[in-house]
Amino acid sequence: MSIVTVQLGQCGNQIGHEVFNALCSDIRGTHGLCSRKENESYQDSCKERFFCEEESGVPVARAVLVDMEPKVISQTLSTAARSGHWKYHGRSHFCQKQGSGNNWANGYSVHGPRHKEAIMNLVQKEAEKCDRLGGFFTIMSMAGGTGSGLGAFVTQCLRDAFPTSFILNHVIWPYGTGEVIVQNYNSVLTLSHLYQSADALLVHENDVVHKICAQLMNIKQISFRDVNQVIAHQLGSVFQPAHTAGGGSGYSRNPLGDLMEALVPHPEFKVLGLRNIPQMPENSLAYSTFSWPGLIKHLRQMLIAKAKMEEGIDWQVRPPQPGSCLPSASKPLHFNTSLANLVILRGKDVHGVDLGSFQDPSLYTSWLKPQDAFSAWRTPRAFSKYEKSASLVSNSQFLLQPLDSIVGKAWNMFASKAYLHQYTKFGIQEEDFLDCFTTLEQVISSYTNL
Amino acid sequence: MTQSVVVQVGQCGNQVGCRFWDLALREHAAVNKKGIYDEALSSFFRNVDTRSGDYGPDIYKGKICSLKARALLIDMEEGVVNEILQGPLRDVFDSKQLITDVSGSGNNWAVGHKIYGCQYRENIVEKLRKTAEHCDCLQCFFIIHSMGGGTGSGLGTFVLNLLEEEFPEVYRFVTSVYPSGEDDVITSPYNSVLAMKELNEHADCVLPIENESLFEIVNKIHQIINSGKLGSTVKQKSLVTSSAGSAKTLQEKPFDAMNNIVANLLLNLTSSARFEGSLNMDLNEISMNLVPFPRLHYLVSSLTPLYTLADVNIPSRRLDQMFSDAFSRDHQLIQADPKHSLYLACALLVRGNVQVSDLRRNIERLKPSLHFVSWNQEGWKTGLCSVPPVGHSHSLLALANNTCVKPTFIELKDRFVKLYKKKAHLHHYLQVDGMEQSSFSEAMSSLSDLIEEYNELDAAKGEPRIDPSRLKIAV
Repeated sequence: MSIVTVQLGQCGNQIGHEVFNALCSDIRGTHGLCSRKENESYQDSCKERFFCEEESGVPVARAVLVDMEPKVISQTLSTAARSGHWKYHGRSHFCQKQGSGNNWANGYSVHGPRHKEAIMNLVQKEAEKCDRLGGFFTIMSMAGGTGSGLGAFVTQCLRDAFPTSFILNHVIWPYGTGEVIVQNYNSVLTLSHLYQSADALLVHENDVVHKICAQLMNIKQISFRDVNQVIAHQLGSVFQPAHTAGGGSGYSRNPLGDLMEALVPHPEFKVLGLRNIPQMPENSLAYSTFSWPGLIKHLRQMLIAKAKMEEGIDWQVRPPQPGSCLPSASKPLHFNTSLANLVILRGKDVHGVDLGSFQDPSLYTSWLKPQDAFSAWRTPRAFSKYEKSASLVSNSQFLLQPLDSIVGKAWNMFASKAYLHQYTKFGIQEEDFLDCFTTLEQVISSYTNL
Repeated sequence: MTQSVVVQVGQCGNQVGCRFWDLALREHAAVNKKGIYDEALSSFFRNVDTRSGDYGPDIYKGKICSLKARALLIDMEEGVVNEILQGPLRDVFDSKQLITDVSGSGNNWAVGHKIYGCQYRENIVEKLRKTAEHCDCLQCFFIIHSMGGGTGSGLGTFVLNLLEEEFPEVYRFVTSVYPSGEDDVITSPYNSVLAMKELNEHADCVLPIENESLFEIVNKIHQIINSGKLGSTVKQKSLVTSSAGSAKTLQEKPFDAMNNIVANLLLNLTSSARFEGSLNMDLNEISMNLVPFPRLHYLVSSLTPLYTLADVNIPSRRLDQMFSDAFSRDHQLIQADPKHSLYLACALLVRGNVQVSDLRRNIERLKPSLHFVSWNQEGWKTGLCSVPPVGHSHSLLALANNTCVKPTFIELKDRFVKLYKKKAHLHHYLQVDGMEQSSFSEAMSSLSDLIEEYNELDAAKGEPRIDPSRLKIAV
């Protein structure tokens, strides 16, 4: 099954480019560490999922690029083509001249309706090229105007046009200390709208990825390209072909569906966090060895203690004692209660790995049985030069505190009525804001009471 | 990509504008090696086929034929515009973009606004329309003028009004040079306050500039160059000294050098809209992020490092120093100290080889020493443009919406009141058709209201912060 990617705004397009790069370079690398047959099956599955074959032999990404100003798209297209290994389709992009001015209302209420037909035509064309459409993957930031506002509108259109397809929004949460002053408003408006149309929201926070770049990747002068490459690596570890059913039945034919089934049992809980270990500079890879038990132990503690990365994990945090039936309010404050978790293992000796620690009922909320709450995908084909790679996609309280913080700051600004005139002039009124705040307070409340 | 049109009004406006076009051409020449008319160039220039004469058709792609500035040059005296048309920039403007008269406005806002405004209205609208027609997607008008005189101040604000009426969707950024205390034009307080009312009501963003600050900056640059501390690595290509080659002495006001600074401000402001970068910052984003309430649209600007303005080539090792300087009092383009006043919002636009980690590190470092309003504690807007200014590795433009503009406005009001109480020179204004006493009192109260808004914000500054309680959800 194929996935159509929609890249929205500057961030969406810059990240999308790195994602296709990462996917392509993974399948070109010979570090499969598995049988040739397995490797070829992996490559074919990846190509079917994300690329289209063209006569020239250069794979063409199944993607639609959307932006309201031309500079980023034009750069993205040319950089991809220059690589020689893959490219975007020459006409699968839509851009305008003026940008959205960081204004969600401009993106949603003005650009959205105005360009709906043109954008959906492009999406339709890509969808038709797929033998079987597995769903949509949209990439956007929620701080700006296009990715956020137009992105929310396009997601709604996708839902209307493809009511039975899976839609996964990849949303970038901005740095806490401002990239955009109205980022909290834009975030609140985006998240509340996406919640209505998407199946799930997969989140990356700039602050977290930045730390990974600084402390694990040892990059001195971190650029957005570095940040985007880490994000692309993490996404690749989730979306590259994996064995989702019991071993031997081949790679999953329905990656997005499998993801939703594993992680989103209830429509009120759609916010997914992602952690991937190990992460290190490429030139250190050859000198490092990891053991699966070590990786699993770290990953589990990262889940429990809401750690951002594998350094600085708080080992003091422990799950509440089993059998004591504590109401959720008195669970230890730092402990991260999960609704559902998915662990994806890639590389050497995956089948022998003991994941029992992730099935501990004390990790989970009481209303799902651990065997329903936890899933594991094991794939012997190694990913992107890492001999062993473990990813955790988690529907838990991971993002509760950051979400609460964003809503709090937005509310604070809203109370002073600052910047509201910029939104009302494009048709987003105070009542619309209030609706969005209510939606998100509901989400916060639901996750708090896990 | 979008286009912008520059409307330069009056002597000051045209002199600054002239420097702007010179620098813009140099900047694009440095980046555009192949001589192809690209999108970046088209933001400020048209490409005209002049083989069939001066008013040939526009060429939208391909090799550069003849570049024409997207500009309107307006002056009620001919001296400055004529000088431009005889100078090295003469081919950049065509005569259809000029509106001139002979006798000037006599430093009288009313003459500029009411008399010439009325007289030239149709002519101005027609020329604006033509210029707009040449634009594929017009995003912004930049008005450059001074506040203290008659033409720039009066006719300039008249044009501002016109722009709002005729092109309501297009942003209006105004670069206004405010008069200093020892300004030699006696009626400058009247002109400025009358103009302020128009700026309050019709501009999207105003970048106030004070000559004193420019003068001090120019002096500082000369000190840096002449101190000999820089040694043999210093190369001077004289962007500071006048384009005619003669260096002005420091006793006279070195206006060319000062105007260069303002020109650099405009170049840097638009750099991210014209050139690529990892985090673009377009003009509409500036207005969106820096104007929390419609009338509070006065932005204090600072440019660092200073020596980029002098085109002096120094290898920059001290990136962090550049950020610190942007917040220091002596780098601001008005006499103000943002560090000790209240920030409503702040934008940092960096050019050159600077990455997001450098930006973040410096924001974290400087934040504790700055006071931000309670509802915008993390009010930073940032932009990264990959293309540095000509001959340098990086530069920074800081724009602050800060209550430190208040003293400038209060002083202006005080000088106005001093004259108005004695009714000095009032008759020159009142004898103009359409001017009444109420024009003055309305302008005064507009300014007073603005000052009061800043006062209220300042008053809340020291108060303990009480976060408004959040919505409660029934569980």
